[in-house]
Amino acid sequence: MTDFFLQNQDIIYIVILSILLGIEVISHVPAILHTPLMSGANAIHGVVIIGAIIVMGHAHSGDYLALILGFLAVLLGTLNVVGGFVVTNRMLEMFKKKK
Amino acid sequence: MSKFLLEFSYLIGSITFILGLKMLGSPDRARKGNLVAAAGMILAIAGTVLFHEKDGQPIGNIPWILAAMGIGTIIGWLMAMKVKMTAMPQMVSFFNGMGGACAAIISLVEYHSHPEGSAGYLLIVFLGLVIGSVSFTGSIVAFGKLDEKIKDFGGRYLTFLNLGLLALIFIILGIAVVNPDMLGGSALWILLALSSLYGILFVLPIGGADMPVVISLLNSFTGMAAAFGGFLYHNQVMLTGGILVGSAGTILTVLMCKAMNRSLLNVIIGSFGGGASGKSASGDQTVREISLSDAAILCAYAGKVCIVPGYGLAVAQAQHVCHELEKKLEDKGVEVYYAIHPVAGRMPGHMNVLLAEADVPYPKLLEMEEANPNLPNTDVVIVVGANDVVNPAAETDPGSPIYGMPVLKVWDAKNTIVLKRSMRAGYAGIENELFFLPKTKMLFGDAKDTLQKLVSELKDL
Repeated sequence: MTDFFLQNQDIIYIVILSILLGIEVISHVPAILHTPLMSGANAIHGVVIIGAIIVMGHAHSGDYLALILGFLAVLLGTLNVVGGFVVTNRMLEMFKKKK
Repeated sequence: MSKFLLEFSYLIGSITFILGLKMLGSPDRARKGNLVAAAGMILAIAGTVLFHEKDGQPIGNIPWILAAMGIGTIIGWLMAMKVKMTAMPQMVSFFNGMGGACAAIISLVEYHSHPEGSAGYLLIVFLGLVIGSVSFTGSIVAFGKLDEKIKDFGGRYLTFLNLGLLALIFIILGIAVVNPDMLGGSALWILLALSSLYGILFVLPIGGADMPVVISLLNSFTGMAAAFGGFLYHNQVMLTGGILVGSAGTILTVLMCKAMNRSLLNVIIGSFGGGASGKSASGDQTVREISLSDAAILCAYAGKVCIVPGYGLAVAQAQHVCHELEKKLEDKGVEVYYAIHPVAGRMPGHMNVLLAEADVPYPKLLEMEEANPNLPNTDVVIVVGANDVVNPAAETDPGSPIYGMPVLKVWDAKNTIVLKRSMRAGYAGIENELFFLPKTKMLFGDAKDTLQKLVSELKDL
């Protein structure tokens, strides 16, 4: 237990600070922006695509299962990122102040 | 040097995510915030492709990676550009599911390549798989339900089945981590199957009114799944991005539950339906209908009119006609404003997005706290396809399942006109006393159709 804490100290810090930051950032948002915010957060967790790139990038050339699944993962992750940001942008476009 | 560039791109990426999320919280800077986060994402992705190394090996299979990203970009872009504004909630749910699937696949491949490892490694891989799969199948079911392709389905027994399934998943997860030899490689597939099934069964019985909460919850699940990927690869940007979304999504979920005065547990276990006795038996009350021309006259000679939109507005795609009605009334010197309940529609802010699409000016949309004090000196309230958010039972009937939920007090206004398709109860499945009040008049029909006719009646006046 103590070893685990000492070895992963910096990660534990990152986790706790990120959690607090997430809570802090969200708690003062007006209700009207909840949908775009959810959509924006949805795009941000598309960062999982980086894991997919790492998996795909280090798969051995003969390992077809890993290659096929890796390809699929990169594709789905891209859908999440691109779709997420574009949808959010479209929603927010409508909030522009009209003169 | 490449190690430095990689970590630096991750640092910048993490900062843009935080700033982007923060900017998304203010109406003026929200759009820029989204773009800032997107730029950070591109930087982090490019950094990974160019500089990531494992055991001295750079990223390989680059043509395939680029091809997958190319296809994903085209499909994602087209889907996001073509979707109608009313279908936004299901689109977000769909993209969320894709992220969940991506996380689950990462765990699958990782375990396939390295089936051995410390308990900590196995725990992270399996948790990523379980949460990713639940998020994937759950989001797809949520997508289907919002798109009205999948019907509500449920009952008490499903609640117990779900709890049992969840317990089973945790038990198998525990065994697979503590004693990996017992189940061997099959643990992975059992967990995949069970958590996919759980995702489906957990979202199936949840009623339409609770869908926003579920999507937000699934959103934070995918965030957590991404964070597990970050643990796996000691990847800071995945860690910060994932956890940020995980915690922000959880808070957003709690905020939404608060707006409905329900606990998260209540939404997930789902106590609506069974216990919703309330005051539904008093069946012989009469409602008063109003003719279109009377309704038009009532509005035209009012000083102040309030429009309360609900999910019916979204279904009927009536936002443009609604704006037309508002303009017609203003031409006649009537003051018009909209009262928006935080959970009207299928997502928080759903109504704002729709009305903004129809060019309704932003200052005309009043949130519940602002609208309620204005209602007593409002002459006519037009309720367009809203039900539970204007139910007086929330204040008067302690036996009602929505008792205590903050609602729009439209009954304080001098007159209320309710546009409704039929006398069917709202999504919470409870009777609405409002429809039987002497001040309330009903106007039955499709919201868009009725509003259209109301506008032409106004033109003739």
